[in-house]
Amino acid sequence: MILLVLVNLMLLGLSRLRTCIRVVAIQGVMLGVLPLILNGWRPEPHLISFSLVIIGLKGIVFPAILIKLLRDLKEHREVEPFIGFGTSMAAGVVMLVVSLAFGAHLPLPGTAASSLVAPVAFFTIMTGLFLIISRKKALTQVLGYLVLENGISCFGAILVEKQPTQIELGILLDVFVAVFVMGIAIFHINREFDHIDTDKLTRLRT
Amino acid sequence: MSFFFWGLIIILGGGVLSLFSGHKPKWSSFWGSVGAIIGGSIALVPATKVFFSGQTLSWRSNWSVPFGSFFFQIDAISAFFLIPILVLFIIAAIYGREYLLAYRDRKNLGVPLFFYNLLLAGMMAVVVARNGMLFLVAWEVMSIASFFLVTFEYERPAVRQAGLIYLVAAHIGTAFLIVFFILLAGQGDSLDFDRITAVSPSLTGTLFLLAVVGFGVKAGFMPLHVWLPHAHPAAPSHVSAVMSGVMIKTGIYGLVRTLTLLGPPPAWWCWTLMIIGVTSGVLGVLFALAQHDLKRLLAYHSVENIGIITMGLGVGLLGVHIHSPMLTVLGFAGGLFHVMNHAVFKGLLFLGAGAVLHGCKTSHIDLLGGLSKRMPWTAITFLIGATAISGLPPLNGFASEFLIYLGVFRNDMGEGLNHAIIAIIIIGGLALIGGLALACFTKAFGVIFLGLPRSDHAEHAHETGPGMKASMLILAAGCILLGVFSPLVITSMRHVIAALAPMELSAIQANLATAASSLGYFVKMSLLFASVAAILALVRFLLLRGRSVRQSVTWDCGYARPTSRMQYTATSFAQPLVDLFRFLLRTRKPDSRPQELFPAATTFHTDTEDGSEKYLFKPAFMGIRWVLSRWQWLQHGRVQLYILYIALTLWILLIWKLM
Repeated sequence: MILLVLVNLMLLGLSRLRTCIRVVAIQGVMLGVLPLILNGWRPEPHLISFSLVIIGLKGIVFPAILIKLLRDLKEHREVEPFIGFGTSMAAGVVMLVVSLAFGAHLPLPGTAASSLVAPVAFFTIMTGLFLIISRKKALTQVLGYLVLENGISCFGAILVEKQPTQIELGILLDVFVAVFVMGIAIFHINREFDHIDTDKLTRLRT
Repeated sequence: MSFFFWGLIIILGGGVLSLFSGHKPKWSSFWGSVGAIIGGSIALVPATKVFFSGQTLSWRSNWSVPFGSFFFQIDAISAFFLIPILVLFIIAAIYGREYLLAYRDRKNLGVPLFFYNLLLAGMMAVVVARNGMLFLVAWEVMSIASFFLVTFEYERPAVRQAGLIYLVAAHIGTAFLIVFFILLAGQGDSLDFDRITAVSPSLTGTLFLLAVVGFGVKAGFMPLHVWLPHAHPAAPSHVSAVMSGVMIKTGIYGLVRTLTLLGPPPAWWCWTLMIIGVTSGVLGVLFALAQHDLKRLLAYHSVENIGIITMGLGVGLLGVHIHSPMLTVLGFAGGLFHVMNHAVFKGLLFLGAGAVLHGCKTSHIDLLGGLSKRMPWTAITFLIGATAISGLPPLNGFASEFLIYLGVFRNDMGEGLNHAIIAIIIIGGLALIGGLALACFTKAFGVIFLGLPRSDHAEHAHETGPGMKASMLILAAGCILLGVFSPLVITSMRHVIAALAPMELSAIQANLATAASSLGYFVKMSLLFASVAAILALVRFLLLRGRSVRQSVTWDCGYARPTSRMQYTATSFAQPLVDLFRFLLRTRKPDSRPQELFPAATTFHTDTEDGSEKYLFKPAFMGIRWVLSRWQWLQHGRVQLYILYIALTLWILLIWKLM
């Protein structure tokens, strides 16, 4: 749990795109293990297969796609934030406090395995949103989206007993398709405008 | 009920088949129209059964949507509206097959045929749906299917404009209806129409107004009618026929259905309906008089006839309010019978206009002329339709207007100023409408079909094919039969009126019988008159037989070289009346009379803009646009900030929920 929090804060502070992708991959792997931890290390077949799918996709496939994209684009390997790294970290701490405050109040169906799970999931979602909002590159927005989704599946992990696996897999499939689509879209944006800086796309509005 | 569903399935199946065979125009049009014809005929079986017997058929099933259920029911009112819908759609499908084949090289015919069948299915669902949600869904299907039909010739800018106006108007109406149903839903735990019983009296007034506006947009009440003069000329003619003939009647149906839900009417509802009726009627016919385009003219006549129907409903409602059986029965009977009659004659007139457009490639009245020689079948059927819409006996338009007249004349409203005013408004209004309609159709028929061709378009006109001719002939026969047998028709309307009015069936029957007998005199007199005319024609024929008859030009006032352009134009024919009402019409006539001694070539045109469009909707929409443009800084193109908006909204919702 604490690790997840630290990873989130790290993401807010990192400036190199490649490292960012790696960190998101690590977060994905942690999420894959999470259902197992929450279930008290009791190996059930559907949980194990589920964890393997998550680790495979989030830990290996997505980062591979993104790193390949990064290499193809020959872009600056910098994150280029609207909001500085220091400020981002500070904002992250504020968000952590807020989500801890909220997490206690959220009415959850069933009992959570750990009282920290809900706030952390919340914090991850907020970090994702913050990354999307505060960074310029389209690639970082894909990363933010992935982090956001990690938060959602972290929530899902709380309810792993109640929630049918199909829904979880459905979300995963959505993300999978989304990463593909966004990867292709970024590639085209780059070819068309020679950059993936969303800040400069304002001229497209009518 | 199963007959009804089978009909629905066959109609939709035909539509889908025609959509997928769009690359083969012959097959596509075959599947589409055969689906509509067979499915429509099957669905006609339960409708006629219910209409004559008065029993109700229903079918109910659960639906997971909140407040929704699949609750269909055919009662007398539904059946009464279903019959014209199905009949007109079947006839127009025969017509549309040939009409659309003229576009086979340029267009994929699968699309309009599919939406035609979808429109039919949507309208059938509208009149049998007995649940608010189901009703709204059916209503939207109907609006959207008709939008795609209106924009059939989308490559013309005018058609795109018309489609847009129609779409916006239709959804403004739907917005009011959504509010209407939300308010109704707040009253109980179900939106099934049979479970809505106790609506709190404080709310009925609001609900009534919402229904008047929401359904009035579709029906075309006067200030809300703006889409009609745009959409009808843009749509293919058989679509205009069904849109004007029956689709706008779903607005009337909705209003009638609402009245059955809301309980006893206060006086001001009756007043509202009557005033809307008279305004729509008189202004509709006046604007029709000033038009230059045949289909636009007919569109304004739809507004006029909706006005007459609404007047009938208002009179009937007043009868309910003051407990006058005579007024109730005759008002409702007149209004509803006019629904059926208007479907027949307006359908016929639009099909006639389509035939003219098909044969001459233009529907501008002042460019036509002399078509009775070139298109005799179209001319004679158009004449019958024109006579019917002008309310002349013994055709069907007369019968329904006569019922309203009779109701107000033989009223037992008692003494009092209010009632005298009502009588004057209704009788005066109806008489004015009738007279102006007659003038308008004299103009339309005279200029289009009589005289000499005014342009090459009319010169090279050709008669339509057998299918189009047949469908016009069927409708013309319908005008005559509904008129001649009107006493029979109105007595069989007893179940419909019983569903509307809180009265005993026997009392309704007695009142209808008196009305039918007075109507019978008129019919008999007119038939007598017609037979005298026929005998005179026969005598003329016998006298002239065997003698040589020479045809020559009309007296040409001594002009050496008269040309066809010296004929009376439609504009000049209507000019005295248009001038008389210029305070309402505000026709623009730029004066460009030649001033010099040796006049050069000059032009003249008149232009009548729609008042409510110019003075009501344009300022309103400009205002909305101005207000919204104040907020345009919100749309700046930065993706990040857009996402921030979403995030903030979610945050606020979350905090609000946790508070």
